[in-house]
Amino acid sequence: MGVFDPVIELGRGLGETLRSFFFEKTVTYQYPEQKREVRPRYRGRHVLKRYENGLEKCIGCSLCAAACPADAIFVEASENTDEKRFSPGERFASTYEINMLRCIYCGFCEDACPTEAIVLGDNYELSFTDRRQAIYTKDLLLESVPTTEMITPRKTEEGVFTRSVPEMQDPRD
Amino acid sequence: MDWTLWVEWIVKGFVLCLILLTGFAYLTLYERRALARMQIRVGPNRAGYQGLLQPIADAVKLIFKEELTPAKVYKVVFVLAPVLTVVPSLVLAAVIPLGTSFTFFGRVITLYVANLNVGVLYLTSIASIAVYGIVLAGWSSNNKYAMLGGIRASAQMISYELSLGLCFAIAIVMSNSMNLVDIVNAQKGMWFVVIQPVGALIFLIVTLAEVNRAPFDMPEAEQELTAGFHSEYSGMKFALFFMAEYQKMIVICMISATLFFGGYREFWFLKDTFLSVDRYWFLAPIYLLLKVVVLLFFMIWIRATWPRIRYDRLMAFGWKVLLPLSLVVLFITAAGILLEQELHNSIYFYSIPILSIVCAMVAVVFIYRDLRRKSNGRV
Repeated sequence: MGVFDPVIELGRGLGETLRSFFFEKTVTYQYPEQKREVRPRYRGRHVLKRYENGLEKCIGCSLCAAACPADAIFVEASENTDEKRFSPGERFASTYEINMLRCIYCGFCEDACPTEAIVLGDNYELSFTDRRQAIYTKDLLLESVPTTEMITPRKTEEGVFTRSVPEMQDPRD
Repeated sequence: MDWTLWVEWIVKGFVLCLILLTGFAYLTLYERRALARMQIRVGPNRAGYQGLLQPIADAVKLIFKEELTPAKVYKVVFVLAPVLTVVPSLVLAAVIPLGTSFTFFGRVITLYVANLNVGVLYLTSIASIAVYGIVLAGWSSNNKYAMLGGIRASAQMISYELSLGLCFAIAIVMSNSMNLVDIVNAQKGMWFVVIQPVGALIFLIVTLAEVNRAPFDMPEAEQELTAGFHSEYSGMKFALFFMAEYQKMIVICMISATLFFGGYREFWFLKDTFLSVDRYWFLAPIYLLLKVVVLLFFMIWIRATWPRIRYDRLMAFGWKVLLPLSLVVLFITAAGILLEQELHNSIYFYSIPILSIVCAMVAVVFIYRDLRRKSNGRV
């Protein structure tokens, strides 16, 4: 260690900041215009999924509400008929509410769901102007349908959709 | 006394205040953008084109912010302290020459508010008044952290003001005048920074302590003292402290430019070209502005780079290094000029910068040995 090393080190520090001032590219995302992709396992706002044929996956079993540590989910189930069918099997969720002020985005509802109906999506832009807005109802959470024939409730053939929990595969991700 | 003289003074004073206030507003933006760039960020770029309206947005926010006065403060002093800090920072600029002069309706208008023959003394005295505001703010807040900040400010001021005064003396010795206009004109041939680089360096270090900038921002150390002396201030009173600090930065950079970097004058090798201020008077404020911007960049650059120095080391650096070094450098300068005049040999004059740099190197060696002794051989 030479005598002038402390001075040289101070100078090197100055050089480093000057180098980043002139040559380094900024890492800032100009947020509202330029958004960053979230990670595959990111836990954002919940989404209620549908099958390919448009029927809702949710069968109103309330296991998500039971698993929820923050008690944020409220589910009420009603009977399905073949005349007015929402989901396969006997029952569907007639009310599905999540209080986003209580939710801690732990993902336990996702794990508890027997039909993989509730999934934590990639939307993180949640802001409310009053507390009532923070309660997300079923029509806000439910995935939209691609075509008008797939809208639920709808009339289906008798004896086709009897099984409420589908054949499941092992999770891949 | 002619009434037009009064009008001239009032207009010039008003314009100077406006320059400093606008300068303060845009210095905050300049600092935030430059600092952000050094930290690989972008900085405020939303309000207006490239964030140019950001100072206005900040001002509106501060004006409408709730102004809290804590219950147990000493109210009179608490209100007076921000004023005591702002006024010297504005008044300080009065003697700094911004340019030569121009003719306006047959009347010669000089580009400085006052041409004091003891301008340098005026600067040193007014510059140290501002610390009263800081100390009183710290004391009247009735808060331990604020009190510590105020005490630190005064201790720091005492230990650095001496070296500052000696650096002023170097410029006085070299120009043979206390008048700032004469000091600037004496640098027509050569800037003083070339003749006395060590003096200029000491001056730049000391001004950082004088305006409480990093790495000497002990009175308002956010991490240790929760913003120090102004932790109890909010709203416009806080804005006044902020304003004072940034205006002082601008004015101190103007003073550094005036004393060591040729003031409003062009580079010495441009003195007979069409870029000279003797040819076009309006070039003078532009040159001064450029110099101030560069010096301010140094302040921001240092803030982005170096961490805050420990308090005992700050005091030790002021008393044990800067004060002896500036005394020696002043002696070398005075002796060199005297010998050149008496013996008519310019070798003495040119030995000033060489001897000064040698002295600075000796000081570095002493600092190194001291640091090594304290850390038992592990620097």
